[in-house]
Amino acid sequence: MKISFVLNGEKRSLEVNPSEILLEVLRKRLGLTSPKCGCDRGDCGACTILLDGKSVKSCLVLAVEVAGHEITTLEGLMQNGISPIQEKLLDNNSFQCGYCAPGFIVAAHELLENNCCPSVEEIREALAGNLCRCTGYTPIIDAIAQVCKCEHEGKKGGCGCEGR
Amino acid sequence: MKEDNQASAKFKYIGKNTKRVDGKEKITGAAKYVDDIDFGNSLLYAAIVESPYAHAKILSINTKKAEKIPGVVRVVTGNEFPFRFGLYMHDRYIFAQDRVRFIGEQVAAVIARDEATAQRAAKLVEVKYEELKPILSVYDALGLSSKKENKRSSEKEFGHNPKNMIHPKLSEYTHVPWFFPQDNSNIAHFRKIRKGDLESGFQEADYILEDEYTVPRYAHCAIETHASVGLCDHSGRLTMWTASQSPHTQRHLFVEALAPLGFTHKDIRVITPYVGGGFGGKAGVSMEILAAALATCVRGLPVKVIWSRSQEFYNTYQRQGVHAKIKMGVKKDGTITALEQLLYWDAGAYVEYGANVVNAAGLSATGPYRIANVKIDSVCVYTNLPPGGPYRGFGYSEFLFGLESHINEMAKKLKLDAVDFRLKNAIAEGDKLAYGASMNPNGLHECITKVAKAIEWGKKYPEDNKNKSNIVHGKGFSLFWKAPAMPPNASSSCFLKFNEDGSLNILLSAMEIGQGYFTVMAQIAAEILSVPPHKIRCETPDTDRNPYEWQTVASHITWSCGNAVKRAAEDARDQIFKLVARALEMQQEDLYLEDEAVKSKKDGKFSLKFSEFIINGIGQKDGTFRGGPIIGRGMFMPEFASAMSDPATGQGGKPNVHYTVGAAAVDLAIDKESGKIKINKVAFAVDAGCALNPDLVKGQITGGLLQGLATVLYEDMRFDDKGKLLNSNFTDYKIPTTLDVPEEIISIIVERPQPDGPFGARGVGEHTMIPAAPMVGNAVEDALGIRIKSMPITAEKIALAVLEKSENGGAGH
Ligand code: FES
Ligand code: FES
Repeated sequence: MKISFVLNGEKRSLEVNPSEILLEVLRKRLGLTSPKCGCDRGDCGACTILLDGKSVKSCLVLAVEVAGHEITTLEGLMQNGISPIQEKLLDNNSFQCGYCAPGFIVAAHELLENNCCPSVEEIREALAGNLCRCTGYTPIIDAIAQVCKCEHEGKKGGCGCEGR
Repeated sequence: MKEDNQASAKFKYIGKNTKRVDGKEKITGAAKYVDDIDFGNSLLYAAIVESPYAHAKILSINTKKAEKIPGVVRVVTGNEFPFRFGLYMHDRYIFAQDRVRFIGEQVAAVIARDEATAQRAAKLVEVKYEELKPILSVYDALGLSSKKENKRSSEKEFGHNPKNMIHPKLSEYTHVPWFFPQDNSNIAHFRKIRKGDLESGFQEADYILEDEYTVPRYAHCAIETHASVGLCDHSGRLTMWTASQSPHTQRHLFVEALAPLGFTHKDIRVITPYVGGGFGGKAGVSMEILAAALATCVRGLPVKVIWSRSQEFYNTYQRQGVHAKIKMGVKKDGTITALEQLLYWDAGAYVEYGANVVNAAGLSATGPYRIANVKIDSVCVYTNLPPGGPYRGFGYSEFLFGLESHINEMAKKLKLDAVDFRLKNAIAEGDKLAYGASMNPNGLHECITKVAKAIEWGKKYPEDNKNKSNIVHGKGFSLFWKAPAMPPNASSSCFLKFNEDGSLNILLSAMEIGQGYFTVMAQIAAEILSVPPHKIRCETPDTDRNPYEWQTVASHITWSCGNAVKRAAEDARDQIFKLVARALEMQQEDLYLEDEAVKSKKDGKFSLKFSEFIINGIGQKDGTFRGGPIIGRGMFMPEFASAMSDPATGQGGKPNVHYTVGAAAVDLAIDKESGKIKINKVAFAVDAGCALNPDLVKGQITGGLLQGLATVLYEDMRFDDKGKLLNSNFTDYKIPTTLDVPEEIISIIVERPQPDGPFGARGVGEHTMIPAAPMVGNAVEDALGIRIKSMPITAEKIALAVLEKSENGGAGH
C-alpha cells in the first residue's frame, strides 16, 4: 500500500507492504543508515528515531504506522550543522565504536527539547533504553550534562537554569 | 580537560587529549558499518539451517523442498565444503560434516533473492539426525563422574575418554607447535608450567589453603552483530566485506579453507569498514566463512550473511567457562612459597581459537606475583557447547577471579592486611616469571599504593557496626596483569603518504573497533613529522591496499602498530632530510622538522614548508626538480619472542612480549535483604607505559570496568540440560545501562615506560575489565564475611547466602 509521511522535513510517498518494519524501510529503501539494528526487538535503542518529535525504536514500528506522521532521523537533526549535543560528545571523546551514537544523540535531543538542562539523574533515566557496550556511559553522560539548550539559543539563564 | 601525565610535558602531540580523528564520522552517522553499505538490487541473502541438537550424527540432508521455493537461488550443504580450518588448530568445519557438536551449529544454507524467502526455505531443509549423548561439562568430557573425583590416578590416564570423544579424529588435526592435544581424550590442549620445586615450596609454608572457584560463560554483546558479504566474480576473484578485527588473518584463513577450490592470497580481498564493537568476538574467522563459501556458489552475485542478536549469542565465540582448583602455601611473614593452579576450561565444540586462551592463561596463572615454586595445569576441554574463543581479557579475567579471591582469603587466615600482603608479593622488574623469562619494567607497586590511597583503604564504615540498617559496606582490592597473547611473529606494518598540501594518509590494517587507535596513530606520526593530527587521515583496512597487520587483538596495537607507524614516519622524515640536503646542498644533520616545515639548526631563517616540495619536489636553478612523492614505510615484529618451550615444564621460551599491570579497588554497599549491590566508588590504576592520549585511556577504563562489573554482578550464559542457550537476547541476558554506572570512578594512569614501545607505550584495552570480578567478590566478603566462589555474584546469590549464614552461622558458598 502507498503511504505518505514527512521524513526529515521532506514530504515522501512510498509503496510498502503491511509487514515491513520502519527501520528496514529507512535503512534499505530510503538510504538513511544512521538508525542501526542491534537487536530487532526493542532492547538496545540503536534504531531510535523521532516520530512526531517523540523517540521511538524504529525496529518496533511498522512502516504503515507512520502514514500521515512526521519522522526525524539523526540526518534530519543536522540541517543546521552539527548540534551542540554533538559538539560536546565530540569534545569529550564520548563514543568509541560509534554504533550506538545515532540512537543516543536522537534520545538526548528529545530529552533536551523537554528539559533544557537535565541533571545527571535525569540524563541517566532518559538514556536508559539505549545500550552502549564500549564506553561505560560515563563519557556520554558527562558530555550531555555539559549542554544547556538555552545557552546555545543565546538566552542564558532564561530558563531559570542559570546556564551551566 | 588538562593532561597531567608525564608525556604531555615532553611532547607536542604525544600525551595530549587529542579529539578522536574518527569522532565526526561517528557523531554524524557518517561512519559506515558493513550493513550500511548498499550492494544494489542483485544482493542475495543467506539463511542458515542450524542443528537442534548439541551432539548428533547427521544421517541425511534433503534440500529438495527448499529448492522448489520461488526466489531460492541455491541450497548449500557441507557436502560441497568438506574442508577443515582454524586459526591455531584445524578443528573447525565450514558446515557440519558427519556430526553436529553444538545447538545452533550451521548444517546447511539457503541463498535466496530476499531474506524472508531464505528464512522460509531454510525451514524446509530436512535433516535426519541420530542423537548422541551431549557432553555439557568439563567433568563429563574428562570422564570424571563428579567434581569431587578430579584427583588423577596417573598423569597419563588423566582425561582419557575414548568412548565419548567429541572429536574422534583429534589426533589428525594440525595445530601450532605450542599446543599439546591428548590422544583418545577430549583434551585439545594441555599447558603445563613447572617452576622450582613445588613439594618443598609447600613444606616451607606455614599455612596452606586450598579451594575451588567457578566462572561461567559470557557473551561479548557488541551492539553490532556479525555481518559479512561475499562476492565472487566470474574471474574467480573473491571480495569479502566483514565486521572484523582481523582483515589479513581472515584473508589467510579464507585462503586456507578454500584452497581446494583454487583460491590464493591474491584472489581474495577483505574490506573491513568500521566495526560496531569487537571485544575479541570479531577476531579470527567465525561466521564470515559462510559468506565466503556461499559466494563461491553464486558467482557474480553478492551474498549477505548477517547474524540476528540471537545467533550472535549462540553461534559466535563465547568467553569460556572455567573451574579452578587453587592450592597456595604461605609463610607467616606473608611470603608466598608455592602455588598450584588447576584450570579446566569449558572450551566448547571447536577450539581453533579458544585453545590459545587456555594457553595464555596457563602461562600467566600466577597472577602478578613473585612465586618461587609453581605448578599450573591449564586444560582445554571439548564440550558440546558453542565454541569458546577470545573475549577481552583472554583468560585472565577468568583465572584471576579465583586467584585474587584466594589471595584475600589467605591474607585473612594470616591476619595480614590484604593490600600489604599483595605489596609484599607483587612482581617487580627482573623477577622470574612462571615460564622462566624475566618481568619487564612496570609500575605495579605504584599502582597498588595509589589505588589504596584513592579508595581510602583501611577506613571503615563505623555505622555498619551499629547493625541497625540492612545496608552494609565493603571494600575489595585486586591486582591484575595481562600480556598480549599472540604468535611470536605477529607483526604490524604501515605505509604513510604525503598529500600535496602536506597532509597525510596513513595506511594500516589494524581495526578501529572503538579503542581510538586511529587517533593515537595520528598522534605518533604527528609527533615525528610535525603535522597536526587533524591533518592526518587513517582509513579502515582493505587487504588489497593496506599493508599487513596480524589482528587487532591482545591489546598489542598501540605498541606494535604504533611502532610500525613511528618507523614509517621516521623513514619519511629521513627521506625528507636526504632530499633537502641533496637538492639545496645542506647538511642532513643540521635539519629538523617543525610546524610542517623543514628547518635548519644552522640557519634560523631557513624554512621549507612541506606543501612546497613534498609531492612535486624541489626546483633547481636549471628548471629541473629533485625528489617526488614522499612515502614512508615501517614495520614491526617482536624478534625476541619465541613460543618454543619444554612441553613438560613450559620453561625455555619467551612466549609473552611484556605484561601491562595495575590495581583496582571498589567501595560498595549491599542491601542484606535483597542482596543488591550498589557500587559507590572504584579506583583503577593501570601502567600504560606512556599514555599517548590519556582521555582515550580513561575511556578504556570507564568502558572495560563496567563490562567487567556486569560479569560479576548479573551477566552469565545459561544452558539447559540439552545444551540449549536459554538467554540469547538482551531481555534475558542483561547488559549494563546508564542506570548501572558506578557513582564515582577514579582513573589513575601510571607511566613506567616500556623500553620497546612507541614513546614507551604499552596496551591497556583489555586490562580494564580484568580486576572487576575479584575486587567485587572481595568487597562482598569484607561486607558480609561471606566468600562467594562462583560467578556471577548476583543479588539472589547474596541474599540466599546471607540467609544461610544467619540460619546456621556458616560461611562460604
Ligand atoms: S534494534 Fe531497535 S531497539 Fe535494538
Ligand atoms: S560506542 Fe560502541 S556501542 Fe556505544
